[in-house]
Amino acid sequence: MTSRKSVLVLGGSSDIGRAAARAFARSGYDVGLAGRDVAVLEPDAADLRARYSVEVGVYRFDVLDTAAFESFVGSLPALPDVVISIVGLLGTQESAQSDLAHATTIMRSNYEGPSLILGLFAEKFLTRGSGTLVGVSSVAGDRGRALNYIYGSAKAGFSAFLSGLRARASRGGVHVVTVKPGFVRTKMTEGMKLIGPLTVDAPVVGDAILRAVENKTDVVYVSGKWRLVMLIIKTLPEAVFKKLKF
Amino acid sequence: MTLVSGWGRFPVVDTDLLRPRSFEAVGEAVADVTGSVARGNGRAYGDAAIGTARTVAMTGFDRIRSFDPVTGRIRLEAGVLLADLIDTFGPRGFLPFVVPGTRFVSVGGAIAADVHGKNHHCEGGFGRYVDRIQLATGEGETIEVSREQNSDAFFATVGGMGLTGVILEASMRLRPVETGWIRERVIAASDLDAAMRALDAGDTATYSVAWIDCAARGRSLGRSLIYLGEHAGKDELADGADAFPLGRNPGLAVPIDMPSMTLNRYSIRAFNELYYRLGARRAGGSQLVSLYPYFFPLDSLADWNRIYGKRGFLQHQCVIPEAGARDVLGDILDRVARRGDASFLAVLKKLGQGDGLLSFPLPGYTLALDFPVKGGILEFLDEIDHLVVAAGGRLYLAKDARQSRATFEAGYPALPRFNAIRKSLDPKGNIRSKLSQRLFDEV
Ligand SMILES: Cc1cc2nc3c(=O)[nH]c(=O)nc-3n(C[C@H](O)[C@H](O)[C@H](O)COP(=O)(O)OP(=O)(O)OC[C@H]3O[C@@H](n4cnc5c(N)ncnc54)[C@H](O)[C@@H]3O)c2cc1C
Ligand SMILES: NC(=O)c1ccc[n+]([C@@H]2O[C@H](COP(=O)([O-])OP(=O)(O)OC[C@H]3O[C@@H](n4cnc5c(N)ncnc54)[C@H](OP(=O)(O)O)[C@@H]3O)[C@@H](O)[C@H]2O)c1
Repeated sequence: MTSRKSVLVLGGSSDIGRAAARAFARSGYDVGLAGRDVAVLEPDAADLRARYSVEVGVYRFDVLDTAAFESFVGSLPALPDVVISIVGLLGTQESAQSDLAHATTIMRSNYEGPSLILGLFAEKFLTRGSGTLVGVSSVAGDRGRALNYIYGSAKAGFSAFLSGLRARASRGGVHVVTVKPGFVRTKMTEGMKLIGPLTVDAPVVGDAILRAVENKTDVVYVSGKWRLVMLIIKTLPEAVFKKLKF
Repeated sequence: MTLVSGWGRFPVVDTDLLRPRSFEAVGEAVADVTGSVARGNGRAYGDAAIGTARTVAMTGFDRIRSFDPVTGRIRLEAGVLLADLIDTFGPRGFLPFVVPGTRFVSVGGAIAADVHGKNHHCEGGFGRYVDRIQLATGEGETIEVSREQNSDAFFATVGGMGLTGVILEASMRLRPVETGWIRERVIAASDLDAAMRALDAGDTATYSVAWIDCAARGRSLGRSLIYLGEHAGKDELADGADAFPLGRNPGLAVPIDMPSMTLNRYSIRAFNELYYRLGARRAGGSQLVSLYPYFFPLDSLADWNRIYGKRGFLQHQCVIPEAGARDVLGDILDRVARRGDASFLAVLKKLGQGDGLLSFPLPGYTLALDFPVKGGILEFLDEIDHLVVAAGGRLYLAKDARQSRATFEAGYPALPRFNAIRKSLDPKGNIRSKLSQRLFDEV
């Protein structure tokens, strides 16, 4: 154990998770990387140690295995200062429309699991009286669209959960950040046509998360242009919105 | 399929651009098709980093495997950018031994082109500091190559333009430094003779380079500013100065393709005149400059290649053996000045012996010039190539998009050996780039 601050990244294998871990390690945090496959986390752990001489641990974590959450939190060597949930699943809207199992997995991976695990950490943080929780949601949660409302509605639920938790926890010295990426070039969006000027690389999101934690920001859009884009999309009347094909 | 080009934006080629996520996937990507090559950060100017069928993007492999802060030995994945290495390990007292004129190149690309820096005359190229390379061959097998093990493959891979296989990982040494500052001395040279004399006198300097005003003619032909540099020690810094100020990421970018009109002989001449006069004012004394503007003056403007317009541009970089270099360089510069559309600036510097079979450097002077792609330029450069070949020189493959096979074969006498090694590593000929199709492969 060191006297440095520590961050736990749930979904450490994702491009955004790797970028966030680097940003925090660069500014001196010890890091925990959690994910389903510990073997894929090891090279990233070695990378962080070699670059920044910080302590890095890797932990097995499956966001669908809610029954194991209590013991997962209990098994950590120490309660971190910051916990970031980056876990998410885009899935396939079209199959999710008729395949209930797939729809359920999308909903659980983006809403149920991330909310429950951050909620659990929130209780520990409130007992301690400090800590920051970060949830990576999505602009897709700001309004359900025809092309991805199953994923979008789960993100909307997660955003609402974070908003409520923030209001409650802020009185107990615990801060909650909601991160809403727009388009990010990652494994999730590989091969998709993204709109260049509205798209960022994962390190931009990683840096934005670090800044939001340090500045105690409540809600961040990345890139910031999405705040305006979503404002417009949210204010379109349903009569107009339902005719749009996206 | 994706349209891909090099930094010069010429040629533009449709290719199957893959972004594998594991080394196994890299092996599969090259083994199951005829005509693929690795791509780093796309800073080679021409067609070197584009496969004839498939292009394997490597920048996702950006992990450091291990680092020894005592010796400076590092093992890393090939997609790590030198910019990342400098920002991460500079503040800890270590820098790459060799850096090219942009820091946005990958380690794999730096090995494959055996890139040279301003210190080649005394410290050699990038490959000299690489001990081991892990390579995925065209068969999809992973092999280790070093000076001791598979040494033929090692010396073919250093400078081999990706044609021996995909570099997955490398082990190399970093240079210990006390600060991120360079003590720079600027010398104004009024013509080519003075410039070459100043470079010769700079042989003992760790870093030396000359920026030539290629619009100057007549008695001023070859008029230059020579920049010499040494790593500054801690004791040279003012009290309280930051020992390693980080370079900023390029904030300014060229947002659109500029109309080709922007660069004409008048704007170039005016720019060069101004540049020379401003530089000449700094000449004489010595000053501390951050390593970022010293090594990477162009990196502060993102996407600067767009100022040449949609049709792109060509860089011509040759090296001329020391003996007789003066006359050939004078001849080339004179033709360039008469033509009037060469780059803002030409770069002249001295090189030492290269290490790889196809490494570009040989003891002599290298001259680099940029030209917008437009009428008559290909014929003009062919004439320059004749001068280069007649003088026993060669062209840099990392900058090339148009040299002829004859020019290439004359310049690289080790080519048959290289081809034999390549064949033994990749009997089916799976690894092929647009560059190899143009210059190496049997037709
Ligand atoms: C502004 C500017 C200044 C420059 N200054 C210099 C200079 O001073 N000195 C100098 O030597 N060069 C210089 N260059 C050229 C540049 O350093 C080289 O072209 C370098 O190879 C680019 O690296 P990259 O990662 O962008 O590789 P790419 O351009 O993507 O590829 C270059 C070559 O390397 C191969 N390659 C890339 N990655 C791998 C890999 N993992 N395994 C196998 N092969 C691979 C490709 O197949 C290709 O043949 C400059 C370029 C620019 C744009
Ligand atoms: N990319 C974008 O444009 C974009 C836009 C808005 C929001 N987001 C959000 O950003 C976050 C990161 O996404 P990304 O783009 O970096 O894509 P990604 O690489 O696909 O990230 C998804 C992450 O979630 C993990 N995960 C999925 N199911 C899990 C489970 N059951 N248990 C544990 N971990 C699980 C994945 O782990 P494995 O590696 O094990 O699969 C991976 O680490 C996601 O929440 C995503 O919704 C992304």
